[in-house]
Amino acid sequence: MYQGVRIAGFGGQGVVSAGVLLAQAGLVEGKAVSWFPSYGPEMRGGTANCSVVISDTEVSTPVVCVPDTAIVMNEPSLPKFEPMLKSGGLLIINSSLIKTKPARKDIKVIYVPCNEIAEKVGSLRTATLVALGAFAGATGAVSLDAIENAMKKVFKRAKPEMIALNRKALEEGAALKAQ
Amino acid sequence: MNPVTKRPESLVDIPTHYCPGCGHSVVHRLIAETMDELDIRKRTICIAPVGCAVFADKYFNCDAIQGAHGRGPAIATGLKRSRPDTIVFSYQGDGDLASIGMAEIVHAAARGENITVIFINNTIYGMTGGQMAPTTLVGQVATTAPKGRNEKLQGNPINVSEMLSQLKSAKYIERVSVDTPQNVMKAKKAIKKAFQNQIDGVGFSFIEVLSICPTNWGVEPLKALEFLRTKMMTQYPLGVFKDEGKKEEGK
Amino acid sequence: MAEKELKKGNEALAEGAIRAGCRFFAGYPITPQNEVPEYMSWRQEEVGGAFVQAESEIAAINMIYGAAATGVRAMTSSSSPGVSLKQEGISYMAGADLPCLIVNMMRGGPGLGNIAGAQGDYMQATRGGGNGDYRLIVLAPNSVEELGNFPKLAFELSEKYRVPAMILADGILGQMMEGMSYNFEPVDPKTLPAKPWALGINDGTRAKNMISSYGLAEGELEKMILKRAERYALIERDEVRFEERFTEDAEVVIVAYGISARASMAAVNALRKEGIKVGLLRPITLWPFPTKKIAQLADKCKAMLCAEMSLGQMITDVKLAVNGKIPVHLYAKPGAFFPIAEDIETAVKSILTGKKDFLFNLSDLAEKADNTCHKPENKICKEGTLL
Repeated sequence: MYQGVRIAGFGGQGVVSAGVLLAQAGLVEGKAVSWFPSYGPEMRGGTANCSVVISDTEVSTPVVCVPDTAIVMNEPSLPKFEPMLKSGGLLIINSSLIKTKPARKDIKVIYVPCNEIAEKVGSLRTATLVALGAFAGATGAVSLDAIENAMKKVFKRAKPEMIALNRKALEEGAALKAQ
Repeated sequence: MNPVTKRPESLVDIPTHYCPGCGHSVVHRLIAETMDELDIRKRTICIAPVGCAVFADKYFNCDAIQGAHGRGPAIATGLKRSRPDTIVFSYQGDGDLASIGMAEIVHAAARGENITVIFINNTIYGMTGGQMAPTTLVGQVATTAPKGRNEKLQGNPINVSEMLSQLKSAKYIERVSVDTPQNVMKAKKAIKKAFQNQIDGVGFSFIEVLSICPTNWGVEPLKALEFLRTKMMTQYPLGVFKDEGKKEEGK
Repeated sequence: MAEKELKKGNEALAEGAIRAGCRFFAGYPITPQNEVPEYMSWRQEEVGGAFVQAESEIAAINMIYGAAATGVRAMTSSSSPGVSLKQEGISYMAGADLPCLIVNMMRGGPGLGNIAGAQGDYMQATRGGGNGDYRLIVLAPNSVEELGNFPKLAFELSEKYRVPAMILADGILGQMMEGMSYNFEPVDPKTLPAKPWALGINDGTRAKNMISSYGLAEGELEKMILKRAERYALIERDEVRFEERFTEDAEVVIVAYGISARASMAAVNALRKEGIKVGLLRPITLWPFPTKKIAQLADKCKAMLCAEMSLGQMITDVKLAVNGKIPVHLYAKPGAFFPIAEDIETAVKSILTGKKDFLFNLSDLAEKADNTCHKPENKICKEGTLL
């Protein structure tokens, strides 16, 4: 198993920490993992992205140039990351904020109304976790339990109610299927 | 017979290389006497500069380190923060401190490092042979200002003591001179206080010493002293610019 | 083995240094190593050490000079342009035989360059970098785990030989997170052997200690340098470290260090699946360089490929080691772009088939020089997508 993932969105959507969570979840499951952020001037423009690799064998390159999966949380990220995707790769789109349809026909797409689902669950802040749930459900690269365990390690001061809320968001996302 | 005077224990018994009339030897002696009187020789670390006083590390009878041009205050910071139980002094000339090392002295003062800095101002680069210093007076001849320092081309000299006294964390700043016995005694008092401050944890203490350089000024020592009194003291008035020598806890 | 923790490279390094007994840190902000001073600012306080945010890189290295003179394990960290500024103090410390740790999280250069990871400071690091005849012990980690564990090794080697040590990593290693664990128990600085040369309190049982880099009397400096050269010779004899993968039967050996070695390893794995006999030699110490090992491999393999994120710097050392026995080719990725495993595969195939497509050759560049500036063909990552 090898999953090279790019997660992208506005600063504040939590895409960078969602990446950390994903890497931590992989580590919980005994996988080799890496996480690599965008940093510097690019971060100042209001968008952020990170690379995550989850693999059965050692990770060679932490910078994911040809993602197996791209999780795009906002409109400006779609034209940037759709072209990079591997043929046959998975594109997870936050359909709450992205109205454009992807152009490529050689990829799988999951439309996830992250914001709506998050609000339904009880907190808009769980939007990116909905997308992570969709990723876990579709790829099986990490389990929802592993992500939940990872939350306890990454967000050490998170209250149990918040973890429960996040778990709900993950489950909602995991239930969605590729189109 | 009791000797009236003797070599301080804090000076190594070797001849110095300083030119006749140079103020360095006098100031070395004042520092050494201070170390003896305060009984700090065994825990003092001297930082020798680049310039005429480069061999100060050999002359003072205490642990010593010779550092890069102008970096004395940064080295002092590393020494003192690693060994707060030592007494650290940086000995620097005007090219070293006021030109290439201006950032280091300003920031050490701004941080309020509990160190002692002795700054010899003789308005010229000595070791390299008489080039213009940041403290060279307007009109004063130097090998890189053969027609004299021109205000329009080279600007005006820097009054370091006045400048540093603007910094809140600098605690004691005084300008002294070693041109007369009276002034030498005043200089001794100031230097001793600058070391005592460090012992007491007062903080950054800085003594500027006006000194002559007959060799590079190209004048007789007596003429040099006259230049110091008439010209240098006009630009660089003697006095205490700051004295907030209150003892602080835990510094 | 300890459970692996997810850690960022810069933080693993900073904590590793603390665990190794580092009790003085001075630094200046520069991307991509800012997490190091940020971490040190609170962590040194916790362990009773000192942290100073210096006014400049030059002040920072001179603070290290002062701190190291007292015998404390002292460290500074920076990135390429900052390390250029530190060369004054590094040269002084080499000349004064002071142990210390300098970290360079390399970024793109020359000049301001960019802030992505690069390997353009190889020559500066391995040749000394500042004025005068000297060397640094240079360690090149290729993982967050090595970043965390190398500070201890660096301090130990540096103190053993009284030669400043450098950890030469890059912005990718510094910024990335991965699972890591420390392979040593925290060092209590109080338990380290006393340094008889250190400045401090003199209880009268020793002569005054002096730390300096000068020798102005006739013949004095030469004597000092030759004395130091004896230690350099011991380091070259006893402290070479490297990692070998699949070199036993390799026809082509890739030589790469740091993050480039990871891309190269991916290429080796892919090529091995195709039955192509290729191996990897990863120098862990860049100085001392694994010259002997490379010379031995040159007797067995057909060619070598140097993969580096620079314009052909390490290849100089590889060629010196190979001494003309076999061809040594270059895969260069200057300008802070990540080496692409697929391109390295193509480069290896080019070597085996005799085609030159993917090999980097300065004389080829001259032919193209009448066009505008040269942009290396990059099949996978288009310009700008790496940040």
